[in-house]
Amino acid sequence: MTAELGSFALILALVLSLAQACLSITGRIRGSAALTGAGEGAAAGAFLAVACAFTALMIAFVTSDFSVVNVAENSHTAKPLLYKIAGVWGNHDGSMVLWCLALTGFGAVIALGGDGLPTRLKANAVASQGVLGAMFLAYTVFASNPLLRVLHPPVEGASLNPILQDPFLAIHPPFLYSGYVGMSVVYSLAIAALIEGRIDAAWARWVRPWALASWSLLTIGITLGSFWAYYELGWGGWWAWDPVENASFMPWLAATALLHSAVVTEKRGALSAWTVFLALMAFTFSMLGAFLVRSGVLMSVHAFAVNPQRGMLLLGILGVAAGSGFGLFAWRAPSLPGGGLFAPISRETALVINNLFISAAAVTVLLGTLYPLIREALTSDMASFGGPYYTLTFVPLMAMVLLILPIGPLLAWKRADLYGALQRLWVAALLAMAAGALVLLINQPHKALAAFGVALGAWLIAGTLAELADRAHVGKAGPGEAMRRLGRLPRGAWGMTLAHIGMGVFVMGAAFETAWRVEASKVMGLGDHLTLGVYQLSLDSVGPFEGPNFAAERGMVTVTKDGQTVCVGQPARRFYPVQRQTLSKVAICPPGISDIYIVLGERRDDSGRPTWLVRAYWNRWSRLIFFGPLLMALGGVVSLSDRRLRFGLPQRATKPAVAPEPAE
Amino acid sequence: MTLLPKSRKARRRLAMVALAAPILGAAVGLTLYAMRNTVSLFYSPAEAHAAHVRPGLTFQLGGLVAQGSVVKRPDGTVDFVIMDRAARDSVVYHGDLPDLFREGQGVVTKGAYRPDGVFEASEVLAKHDEKYMPREVTKALKASGEWRGDEQQAARAAAAGS
Repeated sequence: MTAELGSFALILALVLSLAQACLSITGRIRGSAALTGAGEGAAAGAFLAVACAFTALMIAFVTSDFSVVNVAENSHTAKPLLYKIAGVWGNHDGSMVLWCLALTGFGAVIALGGDGLPTRLKANAVASQGVLGAMFLAYTVFASNPLLRVLHPPVEGASLNPILQDPFLAIHPPFLYSGYVGMSVVYSLAIAALIEGRIDAAWARWVRPWALASWSLLTIGITLGSFWAYYELGWGGWWAWDPVENASFMPWLAATALLHSAVVTEKRGALSAWTVFLALMAFTFSMLGAFLVRSGVLMSVHAFAVNPQRGMLLLGILGVAAGSGFGLFAWRAPSLPGGGLFAPISRETALVINNLFISAAAVTVLLGTLYPLIREALTSDMASFGGPYYTLTFVPLMAMVLLILPIGPLLAWKRADLYGALQRLWVAALLAMAAGALVLLINQPHKALAAFGVALGAWLIAGTLAELADRAHVGKAGPGEAMRRLGRLPRGAWGMTLAHIGMGVFVMGAAFETAWRVEASKVMGLGDHLTLGVYQLSLDSVGPFEGPNFAAERGMVTVTKDGQTVCVGQPARRFYPVQRQTLSKVAICPPGISDIYIVLGERRDDSGRPTWLVRAYWNRWSRLIFFGPLLMALGGVVSLSDRRLRFGLPQRATKPAVAPEPAE
Repeated sequence: MTLLPKSRKARRRLAMVALAAPILGAAVGLTLYAMRNTVSLFYSPAEAHAAHVRPGLTFQLGGLVAQGSVVKRPDGTVDFVIMDRAARDSVVYHGDLPDLFREGQGVVTKGAYRPDGVFEASEVLAKHDEKYMPREVTKALKASGEWRGDEQQAARAAAAGS
């Protein structure tokens, strides 16, 4: 019964979304508050209906109702509860319901919570959100309904792919999807403003919290996904430039560029057309990601089972949404006001350079991702790009933007003193160079580019701290005054500082880990030793181990350094009888910020004695790779708390005026 | 100074173009260079033979893992045969095979031919969905007539699993 109720609720949500779009548009045209109010009510109703459908699906999964096809294909009674719940979004159809839940949820938040928005802009945004909701709900209802019944229910389900049965994967999609779909609000606000023909500082201020929230969620989602791939796939790496990884990375890049250009629009009224373009681009990339992951046009480690027909439908939605958005942009953008002027050396210019580099980098990722499709269409032979392509294109472009990053915040708006800014950064530059030189000298083999990467990360951290110290007048005033000034800094400034430091931490970790990762593998019997850099690994025992829905062989590997035991790793090989699939579970031992990463291979027999191929990596500084992005997301959240406090409040007199200042 | 446009707006535009041009130029240059030098081609054994891939050139070789061809040696080396209907290639790989590697299923490997014609794989990629069939392999098999349709494929996967 619950499944039928859920199906009904999905259809109801589709109808309500259509009503939301029609009522809001009509209300906007007639200027009728009653109609737009009804549209807002429909938006809330659509969200409640999708929430009902989602709950129904979750009940079906938790109670293992195998008469529902989706549950029968993806769940199993012996599966732990967490993975029964995660099974809801661990498959294509269920993940679409999660997508729709987030989409209608954000729509409801604008409809009910966007009181600060002008009525006409809000009506447009709610309508746009309704159209998006209707398209994705129609797709879910007609092409991928997870609540359909099967005629002869099986006694037992086929269970979830063992690779997906992992706590990090269980929580990663909700973050990622909220981040993807959060961009829809940014898109809707852009559409709404284009229809009204008014893009100004106030609009940028409404967009920024949404962009910040989606960006933070996306950052967390990508980091969790990367961490999952790192320790679940047993390959020792954390990023493979796989199409699906790129699909989540491109909206992130667009959102990062958007956050920076929206600052210019907000403070100076300039770059408004470009900001709108990025707002449209961010959600287009999100939809492109949905299409790439679900259509199977590109082969990936993470793909859902391939269904070209669904891919065409998603491509259709992408075409309609992006086509109408960019069409509207092409029509309206030339009439947008230019905004405040600025000198070639100014904070605006620094942010423009930031945007140029990030956009160029995003385009190289887009090209690299879509290249196999383009080439196949033109020549019918198959080819693709791996890591080396991105190392040559994306990495240098991003290195350039990071190199100028600490200078930007020290430049004044409109007209700045570059020499003065550089003067305040010389300590940071010295520290960074010292860090790079130290790393280069200590580590064998000497790798200059990696040392440059570490220096770049140190430059970001030290430069950002220098800017903070400059704001607090450290050195000029007494320590008490400095503390008082730090306490008075707006949350937004703290958010920026955290995010930039997080970037620096990530860059240091990524450069160091990639260059000086130590790898060793050996076929080991019990009691054998393996040397991994400065560590000694010994395989002490291998024994059986029973999990809730798997049987495993688990090894005890003692890691020692100079005779001292550092830690004991327990890598395992799990066998899932339902899927008849084996899965390696790596062991990660933590000496500080580095990981010792151990993978137990298949059992082999070497003249009667059991042996295992043991692979081990000493991933040095690898913790920084995941810690950095979390710091960035924290920065986003801190900045967001500032926005919320100031939402709708009159500006303080000490703040720069919001309206674009007249040209000098 | 006389060459610069008079209006402030036009000057700003010129400055923007002067700023954007080198950045975009560098991006395009890097991309073109990287595209020429890092592209990784995909061949099935028959296609690789037809293209006369020279030894030492890194590419991706994909096809079906021949039944009964997998030999795991005590030193950690694995030998197997990748086949399509028209050709077979012996593959040597040193390392642990991905969890999804199975005989009779599709596989994609990355590596190069040795002078003796054996393909030395540096990577065996686990690019599979739950049907254990990489898309490139599906397409190559369809091209060579080896493809037996999705349903038979699924039945075979089920048979191989049980």
